[in-house]
Amino acid sequence: MQAIQTRFMFLFRSTKGLVLVAIAMIALVTAIFGMLSGPMVEWGVKDVVVRLLNLDLVPAEREGRIIMLYHTIAMAVVAIAVYLITAVVPMKTYQQATINATVTAGYLVAMIFGLGFAYFGHEWVFHGLYLFGLSLVFFAGILLAAALWPWRQEYHIKDTAYAHWGRIDLERVAFFTMAVATLGSAMFGAVTGSYWSNGHETFLAEDLIREPHKTNLQYAIIGHLHIMLTLIAVAVALVVGRRFDFKGPLHKISMPLMIFGTILITAGAWSVVPVPPIAHTIIYFGSVPVLLAALFLVIFGFRKLILEGLAESGGAGFWAGLKALVRDPLRFGMLWQMVFMNFTVTFIGLFIAVKLDEIFRVWPARDERLILTGHWHILSAIIATIILFYYADMVGLKGKVRQWFGWLVIVGSDVAFGAVTVFEMKRLFVSEADQQPVVNWTMALADIGLAVVLLVLAGLMVWRLVDLFKRDGQWRTELREDPHLSVAQGGAPELVAAAQELSK
Amino acid sequence: MKRMGLILVLMAVAGLLTACGGEAGAEPPVFETGVDPEAWAVVPAGEFLKGQHEHPTLVDYDYEIMVTDVTNAQYARYLTEALAAGAVKLEAEDQQIVGYYPGDEFRGAKHEEPIEEGDWLHVDLDEEGLRLSFDGTTFTPLPGYENHPMVQVTWFGARAYCEYYGWRLPTEVEWEKAARGTDNRPYPWGDEIERNNANFYSSKDLYEKITGKLGDTTPVGFYNGKTYDGYETLDSPSPYGLYDMAGNVWQWTGDVYEEQHYRYMRGGSKMEYEYWLRVWARNNAAPEYFSPNVGFRCARDITTAE
Repeated sequence: MQAIQTRFMFLFRSTKGLVLVAIAMIALVTAIFGMLSGPMVEWGVKDVVVRLLNLDLVPAEREGRIIMLYHTIAMAVVAIAVYLITAVVPMKTYQQATINATVTAGYLVAMIFGLGFAYFGHEWVFHGLYLFGLSLVFFAGILLAAALWPWRQEYHIKDTAYAHWGRIDLERVAFFTMAVATLGSAMFGAVTGSYWSNGHETFLAEDLIREPHKTNLQYAIIGHLHIMLTLIAVAVALVVGRRFDFKGPLHKISMPLMIFGTILITAGAWSVVPVPPIAHTIIYFGSVPVLLAALFLVIFGFRKLILEGLAESGGAGFWAGLKALVRDPLRFGMLWQMVFMNFTVTFIGLFIAVKLDEIFRVWPARDERLILTGHWHILSAIIATIILFYYADMVGLKGKVRQWFGWLVIVGSDVAFGAVTVFEMKRLFVSEADQQPVVNWTMALADIGLAVVLLVLAGLMVWRLVDLFKRDGQWRTELREDPHLSVAQGGAPELVAAAQELSK
Repeated sequence: MKRMGLILVLMAVAGLLTACGGEAGAEPPVFETGVDPEAWAVVPAGEFLKGQHEHPTLVDYDYEIMVTDVTNAQYARYLTEALAAGAVKLEAEDQQIVGYYPGDEFRGAKHEEPIEEGDWLHVDLDEEGLRLSFDGTTFTPLPGYENHPMVQVTWFGARAYCEYYGWRLPTEVEWEKAARGTDNRPYPWGDEIERNNANFYSSKDLYEKITGKLGDTTPVGFYNGKTYDGYETLDSPSPYGLYDMAGNVWQWTGDVYEEQHYRYMRGGSKMEYEYWLRVWARNNAAPEYFSPNVGFRCARDITTAE
C-alpha cells in the first residue's frame, strides 16, 4: 500500500511526475486516435481500431469529434505548461499544490469524459463532465494568475541582472500577462461554445476560409484558436528562458517586448469580432515583439551553450564553437526548434499573407485549407517537441541516451515538418497532373520523421513505466529531489509519511 | 552508434522506395460499366435536408440531372461541333480553347476578383492530364479514357458545354439534393463508406495500382456493383440513381455568389480522403481554374427536356 502511495505521490504531486503523467496521457491519446487518420487509414489500421474499440464514428459528427479531441490534448499541454510555471516561478507551496491539483483534475476529467462522449456514443453526462473538466482547468488558471501577481513585495526583484521596472520583476509580469490573456481568450471560446445547438453550429475554422461573411460567433472561435496556440507558445518560451536562466541585457529587452507583444497580439485576436478588418494588422504588430523576444532568448541561449561548451573543451574558433553549440541536443533542441519554427510557420505564413490573392486564392480552397491545417499542426508539434526536450532535460537523460533521444527528435521532427511544408507548397513548383512523385516522397518523409519521433517518445514512456516498478528507480530520486515537496514535508502528514518511507 | 545510424538511413530509403508506387502515363485498363452517360435522372420537387446540420430546404420544382459526369467522349464531340459552329474559339498560339462569358457584377469585396465580360479559358490543349487529342478540326478522347469524366476543364468550359445544349450547371442546392435525396445520409448510397463504394484517396482501386495513391479517374458509373478484372465494386447510386456523386472528380456547380468570384465544386475526388466525399462537402476555386480532379455534369428543367 505504501509503495502505491509513494508512487502515486510521485506521479501526482511532484512536478516531474505530473509532467510525466500528462505526457503519457497525450502519448496514449495520440497513439490511439492517431490511428484514425493519415497513413493509418490507408493501411487499414483505422478499420481495426474502430472495430476493436467499438468506436462510434458518425460521418456528420467528424468536426465535433476532432474539436473535442484536440481540446483534450490541449488541456494536457496547458497542464504541463502550468506545472512548469509553478515549478520555476516563485510562489507559495500551497499555491503550487492547489494549482497543480486543480489543473490535473481538470485535464484528466476533460480528457476521459470528453473522449468518452466524442468517440463512444453520446452519453450526455460525459459531456457535462467534460465541460466540468474544462472549467476546472480554467479555475486553475485563475489561481495561477493570482499566484503570479507581480506586485507583491516578496516577489520584487532581488538580482538586477534580470529585467525589471523599478522593483517589479518583468519576467513575472510576462508570465502574469500570458496567464490573464489566456483566461480571457479561453472565455472567448467558451462563450461561443455556450451557444452550441442554440444558434451556433460546429465548424472547423479552416472550412470557413473564403466565406465573405462570417458570424460573430465564428469570428470568436477563429480568434480563440489562434490566440490559444500563440499563448501556449509564449508560455513555453518563458519557461525555456527560465531553464537557461535567461538574464542580462537581452533579458531586459526581451521581457518588455514579450509583455507588450502578448498584450497586443491578444488584443488583435479579440478584436476579430468587433473590428475584423484591422484585427490582422494588430496581430502582425503584436507578433513582431513576441518573435523578437524569442529571438533574444535564442541568441542568449546559443551563446550560453557555446561558452559553456568551449569552457568545458578548452577549444576555440568557429568549429569548436559550433561543436559546443550542438553538443547537448536537448538544450540545443529547445532553442533550435524555435528557430526552425520560423522556416516552417512564420515565413510561410508571411509569404502566404503577401501573395494570398495573387497565388493562393487562385488555388482551390481545399489546397489553401491544407496549408492552414499543416501550418498549425506544425506549430503545435514544434511546441510539443520543445516540451519533450524540456522534460528529457529536466529528468536528466545522460550520455548516449541523451544524444540519441535529442538528435532523433530534432532530425525526425524537422524532416517531417520540412516535408509537410514542401507538400503544402507543392503547387508552386509542380503542376497538379505531375504531383504524384512529390506527394509520394514528401508524405513518406513526413511519415518516417513522425514515426521516429513517436517511437522515441514511446521508448521514453516505456522506460518510465518500467522504472515505476523498480523500488529504487529514477522516480524515487525525482520525488526525493522535488524542491517544493521537501518544503511541504514539514506540514502534510501524508508527505511526512512518504518522506519517511523514502528515507528507508 | 554508426550501425544504428546506417539502419535508420536504410529504413528511410526503404520507406521512400515503397512510397513510389505506380507508373504515371501508362495506358489505363478499359472497362465498360454499362451505365449510360447520356442518361438523365428526374429529381422531384420537395424538401430535403441540406448540409451537415440538416437544414430543411425546399426545391419547389422538378428538374433533371445527368446520371454521370460528362465524359471525355462527350466533351470531345461537343468541342468539335462547337468549334465548327463558332461557339468557342481556338487561340492557336496558346493552344487554348476559349469562349465568351458576359461577366459578373463586381462589388469590390475583400478578396473578390473581377470576372469581366470577354473570352475566358475553357480548355488548355497543352496541359498534361487532358485526355483529348486535337488534329486541327476534330477532338478525340485518348484511347482508354473515352468513358472517363472530362477533366482539366474550367468553370467557363463546363458552363459552355451545358449551355451549348440548352442545359445548365446544377446549383449547389440542386446538386446536393440529387446526391442525398430526402433523408440525412452522409454519402449518396447511405451511411457508411467502403473502399469499393467510390474512387477516393488510397481507395485501392485498379487504377491506383497503375498511377499511385492519388489514383486516376475511373470510368463513369464504375461503382455499380460489377466486378472488373477481379475488383469488386459496390453498387453506389444516389437515391435518384446518379453515379459518381462522391469521389472520382469534383463537379463544378453553377452558382455565382455576390461579393466573391469563386465557383463551388461538390462531391470530392480521387485525391481526397473519405470525409471530402460527404454530400455537404464544398470546394471552390477561381472560375478559370482547371484540374485533373475536376469535372462536371449538367442539369436541366423538365420543361426544356427533350
